[in-house]
Amino acid sequence: MAIEVRIPTILRSYTGGAKVVEGAGDTLGDLLTDLDSRHAGLKARLVTDAGALHRFVNVYVNDEDVRFLGALDAKLNDGDSVTILPAVAGGAFGFAAAAAISQHRAAAAAISQHRAAAAAIAPRVARSAVAAR
Amino acid sequence: MLSIDRSIVDAIVAHARRDHPDEACGVVAGPVGSDTPTRHIPMENSARSMTFYEFDSMEQLRVWREMDDRDEEPVVIYHSHTATEAYPSRTDVSFAGEPGAHYLLVSTREPDTEEIRSFRIVDGVVTEEPVRIVDAVVDPHAVQSYMFGQSPATVDYECSGR
Repeated sequence: MAIEVRIPTILRSYTGGAKVVEGAGDTLGDLLTDLDSRHAGLKARLVTDAGALHRFVNVYVNDEDVRFLGALDAKLNDGDSVTILPAVAGGAFGFAAAAAISQHRAAAAAISQHRAAAAAIAPRVARSAVAAR
Repeated sequence: MLSIDRSIVDAIVAHARRDHPDEACGVVAGPVGSDTPTRHIPMENSARSMTFYEFDSMEQLRVWREMDDRDEEPVVIYHSHTATEAYPSRTDVSFAGEPGAHYLLVSTREPDTEEIRSFRIVDGVVTEEPVRIVDAVVDPHAVQSYMFGQSPATVDYECSGR
């Protein structure tokens, strides 16, 4: 069962420069585990330690944002196309940004579907802010 | 160094002024490998915030696919800061996911002053770069003659030294 996965520039160091790779899995989580077996380190860039989809990427199955499809539990079928893009976001203030993230509808959908995500988003942003300081 | 056409800068600044006091954001696409921004694409700030911006994920998918189809890439990714200087915040740095792009910041804190700066953000490291605006309209009274090597059609903005 082959699923085409489009890799953004910033993650092509994990795929030997390949823009498109193939993988298999019944859910997005399974697919990422499968990809990680051949492209070690890729999954860690997409999934947080708490097991939620990373805030800094957008993942799409065909034409849908997976945050509306159950995030890592999103079901996949043979012939689906998965696209990964870096989320483009930012802004003037870190703390206000964290508040805006929690209000954002996509994040809100992810939170309602994934209680783990709610716990993961805020500390992750805070950690990144500290790391970038 | 970012070289960018005056008309594109004007359109970006106009977009930022229009959305003020909310932050505005967008992309300027250009042919892959050219490092030349040619096609201005204003994006919706789905956060609609004075302190945060975020591309709408579905609009981004459409625009990124369109660039792919046209053999383009995001040469410039821009957004505005509406009350602070045009310098990347920690949030900007943590999100910066296009290592090949010029991150252009516009500050609209002063209504009459155009404040634009450009940065590379790679692996969390911010490096400011000069901005060269080409085909700039030059005040004919400002310069009476041109020395060899000078061009009246370009204006160079050096880094402001931070």
